[in-house]
Amino acid sequence: MKTLLGFLRKEIYHITRDVKSLIVLFGIPIVQILIFGYAITSEIKNSDIAILDLSKDEMTLKFINKIESSGYFKIKSFFNSEKEIESEFKSGKIKIAMIIEKDFSYNLYKTKSSNIQVITDATEPNTATTLLHYIRLVLADFQSEINKNTQDPNIINTKIKMRFNEELKGVFLFVPGLITVILMLVSAMMTSISITKEKELGTMEVLLSSPIKPYHIIIAKVIPYLILSFINANIVLLIGRLVFGVPINGSLLLLELESIIFILTALSLGIMISTITSSQQVALMISLAGLMLPTMLLSGYIFPIENMPNWLQYLTYFIPARWFIVIIRGIMLKGIDLTFLWKETLVIFGFSIIFILISIKRYKVRL
Amino acid sequence: MSNIIYIISKEFKQIFRNKAMLPIIFLMPIVQLLILANAATFELKNIKGYIIDNDKTTVSRQIINKLLYSKYFILTGFSDNLQDGEKALLSSTADFYVSIPQNFENNIVKGNQDELLIVLNSIDGTKAMLAMAYLSAILVEFNQELLFRNSIKMIIKDQQNYSTNDIKKINLTFTHWYNNELDYKTFMVPGLIVLLVTLIGTFLSAMNIAREKEFGTIEQLNVTPIKKHQFIIGKLVPFWIIAMFELAFGLFIAYFFYRINFLGNILVIFTFASVFLVAMLGIGLFISTIAKSQQQSMFISWFFAVLFVLLSGFFSPIENMPEWIQFIAFFNPIRYFIEVNRLVLLKGAGLAEIQNHFIIISAFAIIINTLAVLRYKKTN
Repeated sequence: MKTLLGFLRKEIYHITRDVKSLIVLFGIPIVQILIFGYAITSEIKNSDIAILDLSKDEMTLKFINKIESSGYFKIKSFFNSEKEIESEFKSGKIKIAMIIEKDFSYNLYKTKSSNIQVITDATEPNTATTLLHYIRLVLADFQSEINKNTQDPNIINTKIKMRFNEELKGVFLFVPGLITVILMLVSAMMTSISITKEKELGTMEVLLSSPIKPYHIIIAKVIPYLILSFINANIVLLIGRLVFGVPINGSLLLLELESIIFILTALSLGIMISTITSSQQVALMISLAGLMLPTMLLSGYIFPIENMPNWLQYLTYFIPARWFIVIIRGIMLKGIDLTFLWKETLVIFGFSIIFILISIKRYKVRL
Repeated sequence: MSNIIYIISKEFKQIFRNKAMLPIIFLMPIVQLLILANAATFELKNIKGYIIDNDKTTVSRQIINKLLYSKYFILTGFSDNLQDGEKALLSSTADFYVSIPQNFENNIVKGNQDELLIVLNSIDGTKAMLAMAYLSAILVEFNQELLFRNSIKMIIKDQQNYSTNDIKKINLTFTHWYNNELDYKTFMVPGLIVLLVTLIGTFLSAMNIAREKEFGTIEQLNVTPIKKHQFIIGKLVPFWIIAMFELAFGLFIAYFFYRINFLGNILVIFTFASVFLVAMLGIGLFISTIAKSQQQSMFISWFFAVLFVLLSGFFSPIENMPEWIQFIAFFNPIRYFIEVNRLVLLKGAGLAEIQNHFIIISAFAIIINTLAVLRYKKTN
């Protein structure tokens, strides 16, 4: 026990002496949550629109006013001819353009039907879809306005409720994911690097030939990072709560317990990586390409899994973070408990057992 | 000059000897382009819906049918109990539920107010917004039908005889330019190529000098007659070549594998990339002059990579961000290359349209490299 404690002290010295790495370790999550909180928003408003009004009468003026006052659009310019549209799009100045046909009002009163054409910049498809939807809403509103006298009152109204994240804040989605990524990366990447560093610099040889038991070395390596990632995750939780009001609707105790299970999974993964490689650079690259990218991209952290092609969806089953994100989002935002989450909990538990077994099998006392 | 060539050939030898780095240089791009391009999508399909129908009339069935025929939705369950809908949301078996209250048709026919209830899981705001857009498009259409058949009774009898009354109709036609099929890959792949080139360039160059420091070999180089600028150029050129090679490879995949129609001239891209890479490699170099070990340099590059990627417009448009963030994003080199790539490849912009981007990135390249050379010292 005493050797273990001494060894633990050595590890903690190692970590606290490297101030730059520590700053990054704690800085990244904080910067990320601030960016997500302030910058990443799914709301689209005040999009730049340009209008070609070939009629310029009272009716079209009213319609254009309606578009401007809807809050969805900002009128960037008025075209004079169709030729100008393309160059505006090419320079990226506008996202959407609208052409109102000639004799708009005349057609509307004489033939009861007139036309509007909308062109969107669909390089980003979702923006295009949403903007078109806004135009439709404004148009539907306008249409029922001009038909006020003749209209049948039987119209279906809808009440829409947003559940779990009423204001559609981006942070609500990202805070649980960010915690997951931090736990995974700090635990797995740091442990694997710190063990391979001893190997690469030759100090592992010294440690192994000393009377310290091999599992003591591993435990002492693992504990500081367990504590570090735990603190790190709680800082994010706290900032999310205090600065952005991200709630914890479920049980905090359950959340912390699940986090510890997940940290164990990540740590055992880190140990496993370090048993496979012997150079820091390789460990870094494996962590980066094999851990960081999949954890960020295939876990549902940023990109929803159900949008991916089937073969990729199956691949995500092998990523521990994917399961933990379901758990943590469920507890924090939906306020659900183990009755809904027992399956995911079992899966991450299973992962850690598999990783530990592989590591034990591959761990060599002699290099 | 010959000194530079010696260093370059030394670097290439080291890169190609390193059995661990080779696969990363050559395999990672393939994996990234194949997996990431498919994973990095916000394209919404298969939105799961749950229906609670307490009315069970012609009108309610018509609404349900309209939802069923939409290609965006899959209905995962029916029920007449509101609790089931809530449970479906909690267990994620549904993304939204629609509840049609009792006596809905009756109330509508009598002209009384009654409303549908739609509840969406809005944890993912983008998804909730789009789902709502699709749902309300369907309901707007339904209301239009009500309007033109002039009476709800016509709907109930499912009669097609449109009344010829005084209703004025505005027709909306639309075209989606530059990405007619609304394919998300078309949007993401040009951005992905930029990330790929950048990460390889910056990470490798940042780790490279830090490695020489850690191993002490930098001392040996310092005592040779190699000049500062020769050393730095010699270090940068190999990674510049590798990154340009990766760019060509990425464009190749985009064109032949993803069948993205390049509207612009790819020479414009290469010209821009050649300057852009000088800037990014400069950043890598700068990091390596600060960092003492590979681990540190990796961490610092990682820090900047995350910041740069989040504020690059890669997956979240910069123009939707608050002003002060947009100001920060102004200093993000990656952002300019992503914009250029999309403008040129997808919209067919030429040098004239991207000249501002060009000026800014050139300024970056000069400033960053000057800083890096100034910071690099031959003495410890």
